[in-house]
This record gives sequence, structure tokens and C-alpha cells, in this order.
Amino acid sequence: MSALELRDVHKSFGSTKIIQGVSLSIAPGERHAIIGPNGAGKSTLFNLVSGRFPLTQGSIHLNGEDITGLRPFEINRKGLSRSFQVTNIFHNLTVFENLRCAVLWAHGYKYSFWHRLAKLGGVNRRAEEVLQKIGLRSRAGVPAGTLSYAEQRALEIGVTIAGGATVILLDEPTAGMSRTETAHAVELIRQVSQDKTLVMVEHDMGVVFDLADRISVLVYGEVIATGTPAEIRGNAAVQEAYLGTSLAQAAHA
Amino acid sequence: MGKTIWIVTALVMLAAPWAFPGGFALTLLTQMGTLIIFALSYNMLLGQGGMLSFGHAVYSGLGAYITVHALNAIGKSWGWVTPLPLLPLVGGFAGLAFGVIFGYVTTKKAGTTFAMISLGIGELVYACVLMFPGFFGGEAGISTNRTVGQPLFGITFGPSIQVYYLVAAWCFACMVAMYALTQTPLGRMANAVRDNPERAEFVGYDTQKVRFLQLVLSAFFAGISGALSCINFEIVSAENVSAIRSGGVLLAAFIGGIPFFFGPVIGAIVFIFFVAALSGFTKAWLLYLGLFFCIMVLYAPGGIASLFLMQIGLARAGRLRRMALPYALAAAAALVALAGLIGLVESVYRLSDVTSDPQMVLFGLELNAKDPAVWIGSGLLLACGLLAIRFASRTVVARWDAVQQELKGASA
Amino acid sequence: MEFFLVQLLNGISYGLLLFMLSSGLTIVFSLMGVLNFAHASFYMLGAYFAYQVSRTIGFWPALVVAPLLVGLIGMAVERFALRRAHRYGHVAELLFTFGLAYLIEEAVHLVWGRVAVDYKVPAELEGPLFSILGTPYPAYRAFMMFIAVGMLVSMWLALTRTRIGLVIQAALSHPETVEALGHNVPRVFMLVFGGGAALAGLAGVIGGNAFVTDPGMAAAVGPIVFVIVVVGGMGSLAGAFYASLLIGLIQTFAVSLDWGLFGYKISQIAPVLPYLVMVAMLIVRPRGLMGTRDG
Repeated sequence: MSALELRDVHKSFGSTKIIQGVSLSIAPGERHAIIGPNGAGKSTLFNLVSGRFPLTQGSIHLNGEDITGLRPFEINRKGLSRSFQVTNIFHNLTVFENLRCAVLWAHGYKYSFWHRLAKLGGVNRRAEEVLQKIGLRSRAGVPAGTLSYAEQRALEIGVTIAGGATVILLDEPTAGMSRTETAHAVELIRQVSQDKTLVMVEHDMGVVFDLADRISVLVYGEVIATGTPAEIRGNAAVQEAYLGTSLAQAAHA
Repeated sequence: MGKTIWIVTALVMLAAPWAFPGGFALTLLTQMGTLIIFALSYNMLLGQGGMLSFGHAVYSGLGAYITVHALNAIGKSWGWVTPLPLLPLVGGFAGLAFGVIFGYVTTKKAGTTFAMISLGIGELVYACVLMFPGFFGGEAGISTNRTVGQPLFGITFGPSIQVYYLVAAWCFACMVAMYALTQTPLGRMANAVRDNPERAEFVGYDTQKVRFLQLVLSAFFAGISGALSCINFEIVSAENVSAIRSGGVLLAAFIGGIPFFFGPVIGAIVFIFFVAALSGFTKAWLLYLGLFFCIMVLYAPGGIASLFLMQIGLARAGRLRRMALPYALAAAAALVALAGLIGLVESVYRLSDVTSDPQMVLFGLELNAKDPAVWIGSGLLLACGLLAIRFASRTVVARWDAVQQELKGASA
Repeated sequence: MEFFLVQLLNGISYGLLLFMLSSGLTIVFSLMGVLNFAHASFYMLGAYFAYQVSRTIGFWPALVVAPLLVGLIGMAVERFALRRAHRYGHVAELLFTFGLAYLIEEAVHLVWGRVAVDYKVPAELEGPLFSILGTPYPAYRAFMMFIAVGMLVSMWLALTRTRIGLVIQAALSHPETVEALGHNVPRVFMLVFGGGAALAGLAGVIGGNAFVTDPGMAAAVGPIVFVIVVVGGMGSLAGAFYASLLIGLIQTFAVSLDWGLFGYKISQIAPVLPYLVMVAMLIVRPRGLMGTRDG
């Protein structure tokens, strides 16, 4: 049984076809990267999987269960979590509170207004744990909106994984980062995705070839190739679609 | 630090009638107590939940109506110890019930649409209140007597001092309760939904449900404040559910400071003071209040609380004295402009209302609204004042930035 | 039968007046993201200015001068206040316009007093224009419809034939487009806000004497306009049009009907009908008749 499966997914906005028949099967524990030129529909694909947009056609299955048409919070409760390309955090809450919010539902507190946050041992421990992992321990009490860009991206990842989702979608996690920041991010992603299924949209080929077990190439809403990094590197159609240069560079990285 | 504030607050509330003696002061204090609960409940929606409502008086007003009927029903044949202290709970649960009913409809949408819907619901309820005089008493409303039943240790709740302490006790209890709510999962998720509803969905929360529950709880406290208002004034009328009441609590909460828990407390006190103090002096008090509100929205959107907190930061660093001169300049400029404005506004009022006497007393001076010198003088004062404000505000900003730079340098 | 036709025409003329108000509100909201709580206050100002001008000069100049004055005030509000509130977000803008509504109402109290003023229909337009099956139909009502339709046709032409108009159209459904514009966006905002105010002012000029001109008129019609925008769907001009006619007809017919409903005459529950329509719409179809965007 695959962790995440897309069956003949189509998405059109009006008459504009963005996703044209994408089928993918991602195994549990796999690290899968989706690459492709700008405008190929990578973020749209994520939005479809996470329930942000409705599908025009096709179906999506999470751990064997059909999640097509479910609302984002329903999908999240079934064990799928995603990060955003444009940082999407709770800017007025502190870093710690951001992480705590991400943990509350997973620990079963739902809409409780009779539990005191300070006394929720399990929740606070988990938030501390993630805080440590993403390296923001020293910024715990700072409003998230005042963090630097790289810190916010780290928090973004933290919020995504804090709830303990088994399938994690990361949308361009290293976008806008310097080399050092990217290296840190890659380490973080590697750690947090152990024993989890990771699907990643990325432009940085170094990151992709470093982390991914398998890669899918999305061009004009269609998957033109899926395979191991070596297979993709050698694929003529992919090279053509990508102008070849970035792949050749990454081969030497 | 946290507990100290609460103890100080409790002491202040206990001692207030001694510090401000007199019947008029007592009325104001009691009204402040009621409005504090109402404004805090309003901020559960706006400050904590990000929901701007133009119709919050619906919950306090309907709570008041249910309470007044309960009080009248009890009053008819109650021989035991007065249940008055517990009556606000009736208002609270009434507010909660209406919160469930109206909340279901209003929380279907967020943001600006929610605001408009809340206005529509407010108008709907107001119109209904006037349409069913059997239950709501029409324009005149429903009156009651709060001295029902046997006295409890000699307390009948007839005298206003006893009503004050009843209101103060409930006010304190509600403040504690509403603060406690901000430290719960629901309270925190309401903040999260306010900041980023999309992200909240993606951590597993149905944002509509979060908003709905926050509204229901807010309506509970609003109902309590309505019940206390009913007990205090011994009358409930359509005004209790009017757009004016809804607008008033919005103004009060905002002026105090939406982003801070204690903001609406400050706002309620200032608002009552403004209304009570000013309305005795001038017919144009709502104009001044509106102007004050608009200026705050543009120049101090965090309210009085934010202005206050900014100064505390400086005071802690020992730098507050550096701002003394710029602040004094700005205050003087503002006073000049204000004098000019008052001169103009009052003159217009005297002239436009034929029944008014053109002779008026402003700042101890006998002035005649028909005298062109008054107009020219006021106009000049206003113009000079505005120019002076521009100049002074630049000084304030420059000095503020300089001090901030110093502090940054010192801590680096 | 003639009663029905007369009421139908009345309902349509009132609905067109409401559309003049709701269309301005919708365009400003769609382009600038700010819901102008003081929109109905501009309506009121238009009526009062027209009253003042028609007392000194005459009604026909007032038809032009009053909306211009209101438009200028609108532009000043945008330029000196709204632009500043904008940096604090949409809630701050809405709160400012809320305060502005209070200010305008108090200013009207200040200058014209708290009682209704006698803003009269001009003598040339008094009396019947034509008869419907024997019942005379007032000329002024027909004049109102004529002005409303004329204004709306001009607006439609401006939206579809001018460059600014195309920008506004695009912004109605895709406001991000405005960000991508290269030309003077702040000036466009100022003109649009002023234009919306002027449109509301014009509605006031023709509505103020047909109905009543008193300080409470903004608070009376404001919520109705909001109901229309919610029922029609945020950001939809077509939706606002249908909703305006719907509400206009409902209000006109309800006030004059004596049929019983659950022990109450419809004329008695007339004030709540628009709000009931809104509640029903929210339950059945939250995005409104033709809504495309969320508020």
C-alpha cells in the first residue's frame, strides 16, 4: 500500500488546464522530490493533495484511503501535513506558541477551553523537542513575525512536522536561502523525515539529488519522468525540458 | 508580576467608592464595571479572534431582556433570600443561547463579510424587538425592581453602593475567567485563526468551528454584562440591542487597545468618563469622541494601552525624561488646536440651532457665537495648532528614534 | 392591478437607487479592499448639500454641484486618512470609515440640526407624468429612474470603454492585478474612492427629496446596502444589481401589503424582511447570488 497515491489527477481553472492527468505512487518512508520548470504546476499539485483546491478529475489516496474532496483540516487529521512556499506562520504568536498550536490537535485537545496550556505536559514537551530540532531554542519567546527569513523557514518546517504527520509535503523549503542556510535546512529535513514519507518540491538541484530516493519531473502539468536520481539525470526528455545545465551542475555537486 | 496585577486590580475595585465618593461617581463606577465585562467579551472576538463585529449588543441586550423577565417573574412570589447575585448567570446563559443561534449564521464567513453580517443581525434583532412589544415592551422597554426577596445579611441591593459591589464582584470574576480562557487550547487557536486561518486549517483545526465557539463564549460574557446593566438601571429597552450600543463597545474596546488583554478595561473606563463628563458640557460630545476615535485609528491603532506600554519600555531604561520636552510641545500644540476646534464647533452649534443662546462660556471667557472675532480667533487657533502639531510630532519622532538608537547601541 | 404596477415601478426605482449605492460600495471594495462603512454617509451628505444648494441656487445646479462636493470630500478622505489607515490593514480601514460615519452624522447634526429638513422635489417635477390604468404615476419617480439608469449606463460605459474601467473590472475578481500595474495607483484609488462617494452623493440628491432628508438617513439605508452586497455576493456587480432590485421590490411591496402572516401583517414585519433574506442566503448559499470572492 502506498503512502500517497495520485490517480489520473486533473485540475483546470476555468478553461486553463494546469494539471493534465498526473498519476504518482509514493511508498511509505520514501523521499520523493518533484521538480520541473516554473509554471509546471508543482505548487498546484501540492494544493490539490492538501485539499486547498478541489480536483477537476481523478482521485488522491492517503495510506489507502480516498481523501479526494476532503477539507484541509480533515486531511491533516488523517496524517498529512504541508509547508508553504511563502512562509505561512502565526506572526503574532511566539515561536513556541506556533509550535504548540501545531501539536494541540494531534494530542487530542481539540476545542477545549478548560485545559490550561501551561499544564499540558505532553504538548509542551513535544513543542520543546521540535523547537530544539529546528534550532530556534534561543528565539522561543519571540513573535514569529519578527524572525529573520531563514528562521521563519525553519519555523515553517517545525510547524509542519510538529503534529507528527506521517506524510510530509514541503513546498520549496530552501527557497531564498544562502548556501549555509540551505545546508542546515537539508540536515533538518533529513532528520525530521526519518521514518516518514517526504514529498518535496524543489528548485535547488543540489538539495534534490542529496535527499531524494526518487524524483518526478513535472512539465506543463504532466509527469514526463519518474525514477531514481541517476535515471532522471540520464533521461533525455528531462534534460531537454530543463535545458540540461542545472542537471549537469548537480552531477558535479 | 502576573498575580500582583490581579491583587492590585481587586484592591482598586474595592477601594474605588472611597476614593471617588458621591452618588454621581458611584453611578459612573458601576457603569464602568458593566462596560468592562462587555468590552472584554467584545475583545474575545476582535482582539483575540480577529472577528470585527458591529452587532455585539445583540447578546448583551437579549441577555438583559431575559434577565428582566426572570427578575419580574421571581419578584412576583419569592419569599426566600434574594437570588439577585446569581441572576447574571441567567443573562449569561441567555447570551450563550443566542450566541449559538446567531453564531451559526454569522461565523459561516470571516473578515469583512462577517462584519457586515453582524451588522445585519444587529438590525434584525433591533427591528424584531420593536415589532414584538408583548415581550420586549416596545420603545419604552420593560422595567423591574431589583429588591426582590428577603435581604441576605441585611443586603437588599436597593442602595447603589450594594449594586456597585455586586457589579465589581462579577466584573472581577469575569475578568479572571476571560483571562483564563486566553490560556486554553481554544483561546490559543482563536489567536492562530486570527493570525492565519489557512495555517490553522493545515494544523488540523476547522476555523469555522473555532470562531463559532469563541463567539458563543464571548456571547456568554456579554449576556452577563447585559444582566448587570438590567439590575443597575432596572429597565431594559430597545436601546440595549441598538447599533449605538454595539458601536459604543467597539469604540471603548478600540480606544483602550485591542491587542492587549487589559486594553478594553482601560477603554471602558475612559469611554464612560468621556461620555459622562463631556455630555454634561457640550452637545457636540459625540463629535469629539468620533474625532478622537478616528485619530486613534490613524495614529495609535494599538490604543491607549499601546501608548502606555511604549512609555514603560522607555521608563525601564531610564530614558523617559528625554521625551519630556517633545511630549510637552506636542501636548501644547494639541491643546491650541483643540481650543480652536472647540471654539468653532460650539459656535456652529449655537448658530445652527435657533433655540440656542448665542452667548456661551468657553474656557472661562464670555463669548458670543455671532461675533466674527470668535470665528476668526478660533480658526486661527485651529490652523496654528495644526501647524504646531506637525512641527511637534516631527520633534517627537526624531527624539524617539534617537533614544531608540541609543538603547540599541547600549545593549549591543 | 394598477396598484401592483405602481408598486412594481416604485420598487424598481428604489432598487435602482439602492444599486447606485451598492455598486459604488462594491467597486471601491473590490478595487481597494476597503469596505466603506461611511458610504451611506456620503449619500446623506449628497442630500443635505443638494438641499442647501437648491435653497440658494436651485435644484438643477444642485444635481451637479452636490455630487461633485461629495466626490471632493471622498477624495480628501482617501488622500489624507484612508491611505494612512491602509498600512495597518483592512480592519483599520474599516474602523476608520466606521468612525467617519459617526463624524459625518455629528457634523450634519451640528450644521443642520437633528430634525428632518424640508428638501423638496422641484416644482417642475411635481405631479404625475403618466397614468397607469387610471392611476397617476409621479413624475419625480420617473425622473429618479431616468437619472439612475443614465448614471449606471455611463458607469458601465466607463468600466468597459476606458483604461481605468478595464483595470477596475479586472480588480473586481482579481485584485492582485492592481499590484502589477505600472501607472499611478494611488491616484486611481483616490479617483475611484471619490467617484464612489460622488455616486452615493448623487443617489442622495435624487433620493433625499423623494424620501426623507434627516440625520438618521445614513443609518437607515446603510445596513440595507450591506445586506445587498452580502446577498448579491462580495465583489459581484451583477449580483449587487439583482440583489438591489430584489430588496427594493421586497421593501416596497411589504410596506404596502396588508396580508396576514402568522398573525402579523406583512407591513408590520417589513423592516426585518431584508435581514431575513440575508440570513436565508447565508444558510442556503453563503457566497451569495453571484459571489466570486471571499470577504
